[in-house]
Amino acid sequence: METFLQQVVSGLATGGIYGSLALALVMIYQATDVVNYAQGEMAMFSTYLAWTLINAGAPYWAAFLATLVIAFAGGLLIERVVIRPVENAPILTIVIVCIGLLVILNSLAGWIYSYIQKPFPSPFPSRPIRIGSIVFGAHDLGAIGVTLVVLLLLYLFFRHTTLGLAMRAAAQNPVSSRLCGIRVGWMLAVGWGLAAAVGAVAGMMVAPIVFLDPNMMAGILIYAFASATLGGFTSPGGAVVGGLVVGVVENLAGTYVTFIGTELKLTTALAVILVVLLVKPSGLFGRAAVRRV
Amino acid sequence: MRAAWLALGLVLAGAAAALPFLLSGFRLFQFTQVFVYAIALLGLNVLTGYNGQISLGHGAFYAVGAYAAAVMIDRWGIAYGWTIPAAGLLCFAVGFLFGVPALRLEGLYLALATFALALAVPQILKYFEHWTGGSQGIVLSRPEPPRGLGLTADQWLYYLALGVLAVLFVLARNLLRGRTGRAIVAIRDNPIAARAMGVNSALYKSLTFGVSAAYTGVAGALGALAVAFVAPDAFNVFLSITFLVGIVIGGLASVSGALWGALFIQFVPNWAQDISKAAPWAIYGVFLILFMYAMPRGIAGALGQARARLARPGRQKGGPSWTGDASCSRWS
Amino acid sequence: MALLEAAALEARYGPTLVLHGLDFAVEEGGITTILGANGAGKTTTLRAVCGLVRTAGEIRLAGRRIDGRPTEDIVRLGVAHVPEGRGTFMELTVEENLRLGAYARRDRGAVAGDLERVYRYFPVLRERRRQLAGTLSGGEQQMLAVARALMARPRLLLLDEPSLGLAPLVVQEIFRIVRAINREDGVSVLLVEQNAAIALDLADRAYLLETGRVVRSGAAADLRRDDAVRRAYLGY
Repeated sequence: METFLQQVVSGLATGGIYGSLALALVMIYQATDVVNYAQGEMAMFSTYLAWTLINAGAPYWAAFLATLVIAFAGGLLIERVVIRPVENAPILTIVIVCIGLLVILNSLAGWIYSYIQKPFPSPFPSRPIRIGSIVFGAHDLGAIGVTLVVLLLLYLFFRHTTLGLAMRAAAQNPVSSRLCGIRVGWMLAVGWGLAAAVGAVAGMMVAPIVFLDPNMMAGILIYAFASATLGGFTSPGGAVVGGLVVGVVENLAGTYVTFIGTELKLTTALAVILVVLLVKPSGLFGRAAVRRV
Repeated sequence: MRAAWLALGLVLAGAAAALPFLLSGFRLFQFTQVFVYAIALLGLNVLTGYNGQISLGHGAFYAVGAYAAAVMIDRWGIAYGWTIPAAGLLCFAVGFLFGVPALRLEGLYLALATFALALAVPQILKYFEHWTGGSQGIVLSRPEPPRGLGLTADQWLYYLALGVLAVLFVLARNLLRGRTGRAIVAIRDNPIAARAMGVNSALYKSLTFGVSAAYTGVAGALGALAVAFVAPDAFNVFLSITFLVGIVIGGLASVSGALWGALFIQFVPNWAQDISKAAPWAIYGVFLILFMYAMPRGIAGALGQARARLARPGRQKGGPSWTGDASCSRWS
Repeated sequence: MALLEAAALEARYGPTLVLHGLDFAVEEGGITTILGANGAGKTTTLRAVCGLVRTAGEIRLAGRRIDGRPTEDIVRLGVAHVPEGRGTFMELTVEENLRLGAYARRDRGAVAGDLERVYRYFPVLRERRRQLAGTLSGGEQQMLAVARALMARPRLLLLDEPSLGLAPLVVQEIFRIVRAINREDGVSVLLVEQNAAIALDLADRAYLLETGRVVRSGAAADLRRDDAVRRAYLGY
């Protein structure tokens, strides 16, 4: 029983990370119909920036916040400078640009920081936390906490601020938004900025677990795809729930199903994707696209 | 005007025929590989460019074709010539079968499904060790050129690939120009209207998947012969993504685009490495992005626009200046 | 003085020219209607004023040229467009839709007051303020669309076929309110309509459009009496 709970909590922690990255993917997809394949690399690069700050002597939370700001600015700039020239181009053209971005960020990180794995600090104590008779990793609990705080802030922003409302409007109906005087292009840019910041949080929470290296987020990105597929690419909340489910299932499957072990863990994510697509492509919470004739 | 294009085509064909006597070794092999990729890209383009079904998993069909050829040659001792059409038929069947569940998936969801497939391929190949030789793969011997032609193995492979490409190129062109082609494109542009006009959408979509897979499988078989080696890690998700890059850069919904795209994916990574040893992929990424800015519809698209502008000589002088938005199809 | 003036206005979708050089005007405080059959180019005209299509020629708002400027800027100059199909934000609530109408306004403090006014004009919207706009009926969505436009406190209101698909009583109500805001707040109106009778009843000036060209123009009262117009568009 204790193992079960520990694995569930651990799964929720990694699931929260998958869900955060999935949320970033869904945010951009909802606004632009484009999946930003570079989301993982943007998160990785942000994490490296955090590492640079921490290494230069900055206290963890100061570096954390600074990284969020830089990631936001970076995401916004990327949308305005890199994506904007092709924003009206065919969708696959934009996909290629995202792939280009992915490759550039990955390669730059390897060049600047080398491919040697680096340890990344966790802001949470290394002593495990005892609740009742069960022992949990402090970082696991902390990661869950941070994910929840980020999600809460995002929710409040989108539901209760004018800018958040304008962004939701711009994502749903760009033409009507422009008729309300909303500068849709800038709304997109802010959306990219927020997605980048959320990704940075995911990166900084996962780096202590898997160690920092340029290919760190590749596997996480696939789990994020699985999470968004399960939850529904049209549902931000669904993406997060999907992430939690994928995280827990992955952990439990790895623990209790003997032939899975660590190599086939990735296959679990793929299996999730394929099963969901066969049964209900729009995911648990997504809405099936209704095509009007 | 047409005479000029025809002449250009003949010059290019002549150059292609003469190449094996001008280049040797690795360089020649690179061009052979270009033809192989062009066949694969042609396959993917029929599915994604003309029929609108996005596939991020065509590396899987390439792998099936390659391994089919390798297993047939290595385990069953079949002559390499037969493996090419055999790979094509096998992949047609696999593609058609895959196309059936894919009917339910659109756009993003199909992309995800094929992406998952592409990711799974190396692991599946390693799992079925008995057939595939596991991680170590299968080593093949280079096909011997027919006696009496006086060609080296490299040259023979080059002409073989070029010949298969030419045949498949013509087949594709004829297919796409006729009724079938129009049906395929109609399904992409407005599936409901196409069905309303009596096009059997499900059948056509599955058939297109099959044909697309067949082309890519043939490419895989040729590729296996050219490289003389197959191993699981060569067919990872990168290959599928490279194919997608190839058709977008070359030009969606364009037969000639396959060749442009193949040239790009074969040579540009090398150029990138020449420019920067430290971060070659960063340069490649920059190339990708700049290409998409300059030619959002790919090389074939840009050439098509240039050709159209040449054909329409005068625009009114002092005409009104056009401003504002235009709404166009988001697909191409 | 004309609030809105168009001179030699052309518009195209892709390679197809849809408007072939229109000249029309909306007087300050007046109501102008553009009539015509399906495909005449009426909707395109409104979209051209808002910068939603590619145009050539001149469009002036209070003397300043607005052609070629982005839609968001034109809207911020005081133009509110109720598009064909209403353009409602289906997945947002009624109140969120209304607040978005006021998005571009500088005078934040007055927005709450305007929300109240708009609820007074359209009580059904107050009842449904927290409902998703997509759950409203056609007539209610049209009212929402007009209300959203009013939230912008526009100088010029562009109405695209407000009567389309609505029950006559609802149409009458909407037109009554449009007349009221024109009289009380001095909002100028450019109305595009297929229903010529009701449009000519409301408007001061009228233009008749046929395949992208103005074929008749004048005071609305005159066009009502014009034989050709009566036969073709009023049905008697």
